[in-house]
Amino acid sequence: MHFPRRVRMLFGGMTGLVLAFLYLPLAIIVVLSFNTVSSLSWPPKGFTLHWWQSAMHSTGARDALLVSLKTAAGATAIALVLGLLAALAVHRFKFFGRETLNLMIVLPIALPGIVTGIALNAAFRQAGFDLGLLTLIIAHATFCIVVLYNNLLARFRRLSPNLEEASADLGAHTFQTFRYVTFPLLRTALLAGGLLAFGLSFDEIVVTTFTSGAGLETLPIWIFKNLSRGDQQPIVTVVATAVMLLSVIPVWLAQRLTSGDGPLTGGTR
Amino acid sequence: MTATTIPSGSGIPSGPGKSASRWLHRHPRTRLIALIGAPATWMIVLYIGSLASLFLTSLYRLNDDGSGIDKVIGTQNYRTLIDQSVYLDIALRTVKIAVLVTLVDIVLALPIAFFIAKVVGGLWRRLLIASVLVPLWASYLVKAFSWRAIIGSPGGVLDKTFGVSPNYGEVGLIIVLAYLWLPYMIVPIYAGLERLPDSLLDASSDLGAHFGFTFRRVVLPLLFPSIVAGSVFTFSLSLGDYIAVDLVGGKTQVIGSVVYDNFSADLPFAAAFAVVPVIVMVAYILGIRRSGALENL
Repeated sequence: MHFPRRVRMLFGGMTGLVLAFLYLPLAIIVVLSFNTVSSLSWPPKGFTLHWWQSAMHSTGARDALLVSLKTAAGATAIALVLGLLAALAVHRFKFFGRETLNLMIVLPIALPGIVTGIALNAAFRQAGFDLGLLTLIIAHATFCIVVLYNNLLARFRRLSPNLEEASADLGAHTFQTFRYVTFPLLRTALLAGGLLAFGLSFDEIVVTTFTSGAGLETLPIWIFKNLSRGDQQPIVTVVATAVMLLSVIPVWLAQRLTSGDGPLTGGTR
Repeated sequence: MTATTIPSGSGIPSGPGKSASRWLHRHPRTRLIALIGAPATWMIVLYIGSLASLFLTSLYRLNDDGSGIDKVIGTQNYRTLIDQSVYLDIALRTVKIAVLVTLVDIVLALPIAFFIAKVVGGLWRRLLIASVLVPLWASYLVKAFSWRAIIGSPGGVLDKTFGVSPNYGEVGLIIVLAYLWLPYMIVPIYAGLERLPDSLLDASSDLGAHFGFTFRRVVLPLLFPSIVAGSVFTFSLSLGDYIAVDLVGGKTQVIGSVVYDNFSADLPFAAAFAVVPVIVMVAYILGIRRSGALENL
């Protein structure tokens, strides 16, 4: 689009300021991960790779990372299936309770994490469940479903219904149409939504605090414990920097997957 | 899936897939139930069930020596919330903070989302939207701790660099919460702008409107559902936070911190106070349902 130079300058300038605001705290963390002093004090005193070496050998961080990856993978897998089923139902059928189902799926991210956390905690306790990896995955899946659901509904809205009808007209049955026509069209939305759900679960701490039990430590919980203990702070800055750097990959990937609309998806764009 | 290959040649497929498919076609209700059964059960049993159990717990009370919970139904926890003005103050302060955080985020998100969606294109657009998303993946805790190092006074980054700093307290808390949730506001507004056809902006300027007028009278009204969608996140996340409050809020008390502090000692009371943000959010969601915002979440 073409805008007056003044408008472009103004919006460009504000964008620059907001980006600076977004990245300033992250930059400080990255800088402090190389600081010779073992606390989060400013300005940094000198350069060292010591903390990066210690972080490599931190078994606590490695175990926590593993728990986080397991949790995020389990929650994402459940959310993929349930989100897809719900999106298919809501997209294809008009039924009694459709609005209510929609609201129910959205609710876990619309309500504060502390509410979801305490509610699930109370329910698990009353049902006599021991808190652990399983309850953690169940809790995370509950707020991840909406990510897949919304991503898929957005994709459905852009898809032409003619494609499925054409497939049926050509003699394919429901399952073939799903497998050879619908699913390939949904694949990128599933992947992008899956990545987003994975990220959401990976960084979650509030619901985790209430549903993981005492023995289990996800990466955010490990970070929380070690940030409060002064001598471990630099190692946490290293772990945080590493996670940030690695996160560029899924962000970029999800971006490519949803913006590169093929000719078949058509739609309004 | 029952079929594994696309049937070739003379076309009409047969076999179990076909007959199951035909049967399903004649029974749309079964098809619906097959699709909706699992997700609906999950949400009703696990989530609505949990909220119900939260509410039930909020009606219980601690037993006399505080060692366990008496499962006797009563409204005493809610009476405490209403009778003691400190809790009303805390609830109102929390809502005020959430509203201010949301407003700050709207003001910050609009120009950057507009710039990315409409002013630049191609590689720049992709780079900029990725740079908005990357901070979302950086640990929430680490960001909050970083702000602790930034606004602390004396000795924080701002204090050492510029000599002024908001220090820990309500203002600092609002800045940090606005920072933490900003990408949740930028993304829906950006998505809304992406759907808004450029031709509308062209038409407005062809008809003689200057840019500011177009922005106020064409862009903002059409963006309303997206802004509301973003506000659901920023508002709800601010309403329930207790970790950032603990790190940068100074002595500020909010709903989240009271709930968290009472969680182990007096679960029924914590549950009762946790019902307050539920009521606020459900009222908010019911209020905005007609705006079409929920489809933009």
